[in-house]
Amino acid sequence: MAGSGLQIFAAYPALGPLGGKYRWYPFQDDAPPSWLRFGGWLAGARHWHFAIAWFLILNGVIYFIYMVASGEWRRRVFIPTRDTSNAIAMFAYYLRLRRTPPPEDFYNGLQRMAYTSAILFGLVVVFSGLAIYKPLQLHWITAAFGGYDFARVVHLSCLVLLALFTMMHLVLVALHPRTIVTMVTGGPRG
Amino acid sequence: MARLITRRKLLIGLAASTALAGCDGRSAARAFLAGMERWNERVDRLLFSQNRLAPEPPASEMTPEAAFPSYFVSDSMPIAPAGWALKVGGIVARPAVLSLDQLKRMPQTGMRIRHHCVEGWSAVAEWNGVQLREIARMVGASRDAQYVEFRSFDNGYYSTWDIESSLHPQTILAYGMNGHPLYPDHGAPLRLYSPVKLGYKCVKYLTEVNFLPTRAGGYWEDQGYDWYAGV
Repeated sequence: MAGSGLQIFAAYPALGPLGGKYRWYPFQDDAPPSWLRFGGWLAGARHWHFAIAWFLILNGVIYFIYMVASGEWRRRVFIPTRDTSNAIAMFAYYLRLRRTPPPEDFYNGLQRMAYTSAILFGLVVVFSGLAIYKPLQLHWITAAFGGYDFARVVHLSCLVLLALFTMMHLVLVALHPRTIVTMVTGGPRG
Repeated sequence: MARLITRRKLLIGLAASTALAGCDGRSAARAFLAGMERWNERVDRLLFSQNRLAPEPPASEMTPEAAFPSYFVSDSMPIAPAGWALKVGGIVARPAVLSLDQLKRMPQTGMRIRHHCVEGWSAVAEWNGVQLREIARMVGASRDAQYVEFRSFDNGYYSTWDIESSLHPQTILAYGMNGHPLYPDHGAPLRLYSPVKLGYKCVKYLTEVNFLPTRAGGYWEDQGYDWYAGV
């Protein structure tokens, strides 16, 4: 999805409307490097992107059903009333502002916050994608994202955030190879 | 609670199916993408409604005309041949050859519309012309016409549309843009224009409109771009 998306983006590697591109975006008209792209050319990348997108959605639906049906969501989802103070304490511990880590069960508050926000980015990447895929037939989605050009910004931002999330985990695996087991299996059963 | 599908099992299954698909990588990928394109067209057709009009953006969102890209496939800007006229044919009761004046005497439709290009840019302009549904009515297009083919004098550029999108009230044959007659860079003297399709489906420099019982291709579609290209 990321590679074909960047290949599509390369066809108009700019943000903002024609004649009024956003000034804050520093890479106007710079196409992403070719080693990050997939699909060969615009038409090929579009075919891949719109084909695999269905499997991303299917994956999300199965995940959602499983989380709800198994009750797993209770120990995995960030619930602000339960997890906020723990997340702040954990953050303080990481910043060396606190000597001892706060108590943690399956996940700590900060982990829950990170994982839940990744799921939110996943939801937003799908809906902002629909907003730019069908800006007429689904124009209410496009409007909800502040219009076509802004929906492109949101779509690309989600990619950046999800890529950062993935890279942080790759770094973690490089530092602590054993963590890959829990990452892949989802950890011990509750 | 017992788990039916663990993440581990799911991953193993996915890895196995990927390995299977990899046996004959290229043709399997092609077949997969072709199948998904058909699926996406079905979804597109389900989403489409002739009653859903593209919202008109405010005049403040108009794209400066100089910033509105204009593409053609000829080596130089195509210029209309002397005595230009539009041929309307195919399975119709009364084939017609229409001059620009005749087209301008037909009921006129105007709209301010956001144009979406396959490349990812969009641009807003005002277009005026005659609805294709008016022309279909005038020539008596057959009920069997499920497709409409548009041909041009731009080095053979053409495209074919499904009949539903062709008869959408905002699908017009445009002879005016932003209050002036269409200029050659945007397809003078007459171009197809509609918010329901991506830009490459909106054929410029029109010469022929044919109502067809079977599907035909298009300049970019024949090279691999999606045929339906709904917006």
